[in-house]
Amino acid sequence: MRKFWRNANFRLKAGIIITAFFLLLGFVVYYIPHVDPFTYNTYRGKLPPSWEHPLGTTSMGQDVFWLLIEAIHNSLLIGLIVATIGTVVGVFVGLLSGFSGGVVDRVLMVVTDTFVVVPSLPILVLMTSLMKGSTTILVMALVLAVFAWAWPSRQIRSLALSLKERDFIHTAWFSGEGTMEVVVTEILPYALTWSLSNFMNATLAAIASESSLAVLGLSPANLISLGNMIQWARERNAIFAQQWFWIGPPIVATVLLFIGLFLLITGYNDYLSMKRGR
Amino acid sequence: MKFTKYLGLRLLTWALTIWIGVTFIFFVPRMFPSDPVETMIGQIQARAGQMDPLQMEMLRRSLRVQFGLEGSLLEQYLSFLWKGLLQWDFGPSLMSYPTPVGDIIRTYLPYTLILTMTSTILAWLVGNFIGLQAGFRKDRRSSKIMEGIAICIYPIPYFIVALILQIVFAYILGWFPLQSTIYTFGGFGPFIRSLIRASILPALSLLLVSTGWWIISMKSLSSTVAEEDFVLFARYRGIPSGKIGRSYVMRNSIITQITALAMSLGGAFNGSIMTEIIFGYPGVGGLIQKAVLRSDYNMILGCITISIVAISTATLIVDLIYPLIDPRIRYS
Repeated sequence: MRKFWRNANFRLKAGIIITAFFLLLGFVVYYIPHVDPFTYNTYRGKLPPSWEHPLGTTSMGQDVFWLLIEAIHNSLLIGLIVATIGTVVGVFVGLLSGFSGGVVDRVLMVVTDTFVVVPSLPILVLMTSLMKGSTTILVMALVLAVFAWAWPSRQIRSLALSLKERDFIHTAWFSGEGTMEVVVTEILPYALTWSLSNFMNATLAAIASESSLAVLGLSPANLISLGNMIQWARERNAIFAQQWFWIGPPIVATVLLFIGLFLLITGYNDYLSMKRGR
Repeated sequence: MKFTKYLGLRLLTWALTIWIGVTFIFFVPRMFPSDPVETMIGQIQARAGQMDPLQMEMLRRSLRVQFGLEGSLLEQYLSFLWKGLLQWDFGPSLMSYPTPVGDIIRTYLPYTLILTMTSTILAWLVGNFIGLQAGFRKDRRSSKIMEGIAICIYPIPYFIVALILQIVFAYILGWFPLQSTIYTFGGFGPFIRSLIRASILPALSLLLVSTGWWIISMKSLSSTVAEEDFVLFARYRGIPSGKIGRSYVMRNSIITQITALAMSLGGAFNGSIMTEIIFGYPGVGGLIQKAVLRSDYNMILGCITISIVAISTATLIVDLIYPLIDPRIRYS
């Protein structure tokens, strides 16, 4: 562990610190008992920041700080669920396509490429507008996952293609291991190291898509997410009323979270390529 | 000979991509339990009060025809492909009845295309230029600063960048209007002037994000190429550093960036939708938002179909430029 930290580059360290900070907010601070921030008129509206309300209150008398914590929790949760589904499906499809070759490979590649090229947002808009308001976090995550598997699957396929020709795979092959066995014991460990950066990327993309849908008013109306929080503040004219402590925190949090995750991804990739000795 | 084969294969993939995308958006709404016709009838009833059953039945039937929900699933599918994809006929728009969806999209699409194309191409050129400098001379301080800025801007979602620009430049500084207005009347001069004024902030927010990406990717590409043996050899031969940058490093790394450009167009379009919504820019993004608010499914379907076709075609065009720049592709 200590050795890892010493070898880690600056970006990886910064990324780990920022991401850990958000995980702490979203999954530890979140469980400190607090008043449900969603209920209107819990407090007096439009209070400036104070000791009781570190970020003040909204026009509807909600505590901005706890609203923010809840938003971070939900956004991270959606991101993680989508990334998990996307990565698992992506690795599966990528390996299948890379190892089976022939017609299966071609069909899978055309479908995968379609999902990479086609603009995802309008289709997500269509899907979510059909179930307006009546969704849960899980359903939302499932919908977002429709576009999360394609990119990892492309990456894993090219990895599988290059691995297929390596000596140790041939050795495993000739020593009588079955295809399944080779894939699970020899390829999967490689694919997993690779998938980690895809996983973080998918988390980032999912949170971004959810907040984009929220700005369109298509995220579940009872879901406190970073995107919804920004949208609510926009709808209630927080910009015109200059309530910067209301609209500011979710924007700053989103920006920081994204930079943190991105630093983590590029730092991790650099770390891997350095370890491979390049 | 090889090139025709490449072209044929690429055209086939283009057609398949559009077909899969359109098939997907045809079947997805039909898997959801909610029925747009019943939603519409509910809305009409809420406004007009109770109606007599016979009228209701007629209304239901005519709405089914307009939504393309008449006949068996296969018939619906074929007519959707035939009318929608080949004739761009998506039925009437329900929010501005009875104007056809196709006509409305045709007036909005050029604005989106201008915004997306200009900012994508500009971002690609500027980003790759800066990225090349940063990768080729990676020990300079300016290279590190440029990369640092790019890393801090690129990961931020488009609409957040748009929102921040709007708050700073339109609200606090007041240099631009909060919502864009374009004068389609009053002659050519005012039109162009208002178009430019309305496009600056949306274009800037698209530019900032995507330029960031091209800087980052080009920097890592060109710094790898700059360390290869043939570049080292060129240095030993005493070829001036500027020429090495241009004809050795750039030519070899730009090829990857062209493929990347083709892959990034879908994302750029997503970004332009969000940016348009934040600034109220009159493009397809704004249209989609309005259609969502009014549950105009014909309009939503039309916008999506056209954007799938537009993006796939743009990707095709970029891919066809590729063999012109990389001579190796023609023989491989």
